[in-house]
Amino acid sequence: MDSYALLIAATLNAGTVLALASLGLLINEKAGIVNLGAEGMMLCAAIAGFAVVVHTGNDWLGFAAGMAAGAVLAAAFGALTIWLNTNQYATGLALSLFGAGFSAFVGIGYVQEKLPPRPQFSIPVLGDIPLVGPALFRQHPMVYLAIALTVWLIWFLDRSRAGLVLRSVGESPSSAHALGYPVRWIRLAAVVAGGALCGLAGAYLSVIYTPLWIEGMVAGKGWIALALTTFGTWRPARVLLGAYLFGGVTMLQFHLQGSGVDVPSQFLTMLPYLATILVLALISRNPAWIRVNMPASLGKPFYPGS
Amino acid sequence: MSIPRLELEHITKRYPAVVANSDVSLVVQPGETHAVLGENGAGKSTLMKIIYGAVKPDAGSVRWDGQPVAIRNPHEARALGISMVFQHFSLFDTLTVAENVWLGLGKTASLAQVTRDIEAKAAEYGLDVNPSRHVHTLSVGEMQRVEIIRALLTNPRLLILDEPTSVLTPQAVEKLFAVLKQLAAQGCSILYISHKLHEIRELCTRCTVMRGGKVTGDCDPRQETNASLSRMMIGAEPPALAHRDSQPGGMALRVKDLRLPSLDQFGVALDGVSLEVRAGEVVGIAGVSGNGQQELLQSLSGEDRRAAPSSIELFGQAAGAMGPAHRRHLGLHFVPEERLGRGAVPTLSLADNLMLTRTESVGRSGWIDTGALKRQAQDIIARFKVRASGPEAPAQSLSGGNLQKYIVGREIDARPKLLIVSQPTWGVDVGAAAQIRAELLALRNAGCAVLVVSEELEELFDISDRLYVMAKGRLSPSMPRAQADVSRIGEWMSGLWDRESAHA
Amino acid sequence: MLEQRPAPSRFWSLASPVLALALTVLIGMVLFAALGKDPVRGLQVFFWEPIKSAYALSELMVKATPLLIIALGLAVCFRSNVWNIGAEGQYVIGAVLAGGVALLADKDSSRWIVLAILLAGIAGGMAWAGLTAFLRDRFNANEILVSLMLVYVAEQLLNYMVFGPWKDPAGYNFPQTKTFEAVTQIPRLMTGSRVSIGLLLALLGVAGLWVFLFRTRAGFAQQVGGLAPAAARYAGFSSRKALWTALLASGAAAGLAGALEVAGPIGQLTPYVPAGYGFAAIIVAFVGRLHPVGMVFSAVLMSMFYIGGELAQSRLGLPKSLTGVFQGLLLFTLLACDTLVAYRVRFVRAPATVAPVVKEAH
Repeated sequence: MDSYALLIAATLNAGTVLALASLGLLINEKAGIVNLGAEGMMLCAAIAGFAVVVHTGNDWLGFAAGMAAGAVLAAAFGALTIWLNTNQYATGLALSLFGAGFSAFVGIGYVQEKLPPRPQFSIPVLGDIPLVGPALFRQHPMVYLAIALTVWLIWFLDRSRAGLVLRSVGESPSSAHALGYPVRWIRLAAVVAGGALCGLAGAYLSVIYTPLWIEGMVAGKGWIALALTTFGTWRPARVLLGAYLFGGVTMLQFHLQGSGVDVPSQFLTMLPYLATILVLALISRNPAWIRVNMPASLGKPFYPGS
Repeated sequence: MSIPRLELEHITKRYPAVVANSDVSLVVQPGETHAVLGENGAGKSTLMKIIYGAVKPDAGSVRWDGQPVAIRNPHEARALGISMVFQHFSLFDTLTVAENVWLGLGKTASLAQVTRDIEAKAAEYGLDVNPSRHVHTLSVGEMQRVEIIRALLTNPRLLILDEPTSVLTPQAVEKLFAVLKQLAAQGCSILYISHKLHEIRELCTRCTVMRGGKVTGDCDPRQETNASLSRMMIGAEPPALAHRDSQPGGMALRVKDLRLPSLDQFGVALDGVSLEVRAGEVVGIAGVSGNGQQELLQSLSGEDRRAAPSSIELFGQAAGAMGPAHRRHLGLHFVPEERLGRGAVPTLSLADNLMLTRTESVGRSGWIDTGALKRQAQDIIARFKVRASGPEAPAQSLSGGNLQKYIVGREIDARPKLLIVSQPTWGVDVGAAAQIRAELLALRNAGCAVLVVSEELEELFDISDRLYVMAKGRLSPSMPRAQADVSRIGEWMSGLWDRESAHA
Repeated sequence: MLEQRPAPSRFWSLASPVLALALTVLIGMVLFAALGKDPVRGLQVFFWEPIKSAYALSELMVKATPLLIIALGLAVCFRSNVWNIGAEGQYVIGAVLAGGVALLADKDSSRWIVLAILLAGIAGGMAWAGLTAFLRDRFNANEILVSLMLVYVAEQLLNYMVFGPWKDPAGYNFPQTKTFEAVTQIPRLMTGSRVSIGLLLALLGVAGLWVFLFRTRAGFAQQVGGLAPAAARYAGFSSRKALWTALLASGAAAGLAGALEVAGPIGQLTPYVPAGYGFAAIIVAFVGRLHPVGMVFSAVLMSMFYIGGELAQSRLGLPKSLTGVFQGLLLFTLLACDTLVAYRVRFVRAPATVAPVVKEAH
């Protein structure tokens, strides 16, 4: 029984990386911008966070560094796609490629580094409840942050005026512009916020989840996070659920590997990627679902003054 | 003499390819309903954008209540009391009416308060609006009502309306005019942009006429005739079309009880549409857009192949499931209403765009004879008097009217047996529009069957032999031109043809 | 202030990649200086050394060949607005299948096995890309994400084969297949250089692509789908045909490149077969303007970055990942410079007004 509690705890942990990144991407997609550079941002944030923790020993500074890295890269992406109207897909790709190369480059000196022992957390009283305690209440604060973020986003997008403005920009930037809203600045804010969250996810990955640095350690999680926003039809709660689902698939992979099941390890490693494909196929099957929920201007350039 | 509400002096605005406004001056008094008359491309929209703060002039000045002002963005315009109802609505489909209005009002009260305000204002003006409905469920006329309510809630001192009646049935136009008159009586000034002479003469007390970016007239439209206004607008009287009686020949197109579910929540389902077009006649389909015309046209052109094969008969063949190329092979050619992006690829040259629907310059194996292609394009350019730098000119470099002439020319040049045209002269200057209409008539006189879908009733009256009206996915019975009048068509646009006995 | 041009500038269409390169070089020099190396020397290593001798040039061609071949296929895809990001995966599967055929050879096999190897590579790449096409066609699944996920899957498949069934029994338990027999080697073009007939195939591909894109109706139909989907529907061009053509073509190209590499310079299957060519080819395609001739130049440029990176490692002690940085930078700067094709930069002051001084409204 205990192992199931641990499994749940590990699933939440694993899902948190995806959740943070995916919720960030959801914010900028709600404004109409698709940022394929998630993988690159997460990689750069991972090395930034790791390096800062190596030098300062302070995890929170590491997270901040990761967020900053993500935000800066996202701002560069935003400048190109929002003001110069470059193709969003190509620019995002460029960011991912650049991020991969740059993080590998910067990270050369950190490959052998180790971090001080990772802290253990437990919510008082709740963490001691048998079974449920170890499963749910002994997580790193980031895990709870991801959940809180989801709740806040639901409120923000549905109830707040600012969220309404964001959605309207994603729905029809030209109409929002005609009404006098600073569409480009709103989009930039969304992109930077998304980048900061992707950065937080990347830093969490290298500082807490697998505390090390290897070139390419994000291993496609940025791309999976992108798929998750579509899978969750741009709704925060569904995205969070999807992230935990994928966390579960990852855990399944380790569980099977550890339990000596006679499947070659490479096939188990494939599981999350195959799961992503399956999920994409299932959710995209009905184009009407997508069209109803997808921000109408997603991926399209916006020209004010036309 | 009161202080003018709005005064524009020597406004000039240049774009890379054209001078949109040249030394334009305009005066609007408080409580005045002031028309801005001009054909498409005269510069009216640009002028309004300047007043509204979306565009900055290169030269000239603006005075509000006698004081000079610089309107830098729509927020500042709204703060002054300037409100605009757009031709192409700035509404958000997935949000509710109340949310849309809330967004348009700047920083104010809560959503609940705005909802109450909407209901109050709607009652005051007799407008029927439900604040909790999502915009995508509304008809086009209802959407305009939302835009108007949004404008009214800002307590405007100047209301600008840009071509508001193109999406309304004649009866709805009456209601709109009643609202505007009530508003003007309360001291609000109204700027009414239009190219429809009879409306301006009915509603407005003052009129500024524009042509080619300049002001060509300033008058009281109630004292003018259609002819005199027309002369100011286009420099001449509207050309008369020679209309011969038609002798319809064999059946070209027969649509039998076409039923088609809508592809998504924003579309209109076709509910048993039936029509006939014979060789040598022009058949018109009237109706405000958004009633299923797009869906019907896509089904006729082959872009939508879901129809039951026998529900669409082309020259006797069951064509409902045929693709566009096959239908072209049978003699059907189609001019869509979207030019750039559908009728032509914007970045490709005119010659290349020929290959969308014509295959004469392409060999058996698919090899393109570029020389022949260029010559073919050049021929069309010359024959239809298209103003372009040559067959290599990219489609997007042509003006709307000239591109339309090229596309219409491309399809007419194919010697079709059935030509379907959608909104043939939308956004096209009067000279080109007359030319296009004349070409359609010539085609019909030569024995081709022609089907025209248009929002402009005058245009349909000019060239059609018979008329249908499309409303909410259904098609009315056919009405001969001689028996058609505006109010009857207006009723049919609301779907009310069943009240009369059917006509042949 | 950006002001739209009335028509796209032909001058900047050609000049933009050059400007982007210049900017990348500039940033590169700053990077070198920040790392404590002589920027001029860095420049020399990256741009002069790779072309200064006949041997260097031939090495350039060796690297450029797979890049160019993959890019040719990607150009078809991108022009059709099909975003095949997974060329790397198609390359790997092509290499795996080609390697599988190569392993069947023994010392006495006929020379024709080379043809079988190449065909196997093409088939493998096509099949892998076909998966993406199927998922997009049938399920409307986004091809960017699907093709990318398949890259990871492909890499794992390769790993499985070389760690498992195809591991060289005499290889001291290293994850690699046995070295392929000499008879499977892709024929060289001339002695003394490693350039193979792959280069010929690439140049043939350039000519073929040019003809397809600019002189055939099929090529025209393919591109209209990418330029204006509504116009393609209007014309009656099948978007499904365009999708499959694009993906199968680029899969075939990537698979061919994989076969050429594996039966050529590498000579066996190892976990290091995926060298990132599939991603670099994306940059080659864009920098080359998706034009067959342009991509020849950009392929040479990108291979200069590769070789420069290797030289920078051996001569200057800089990490090889510098290559990736430059490549990413180049694409970034290109996208930024491309703005100049459609827009003009104008320095405008606030608009002058003829009439009296403008005052704020209240």
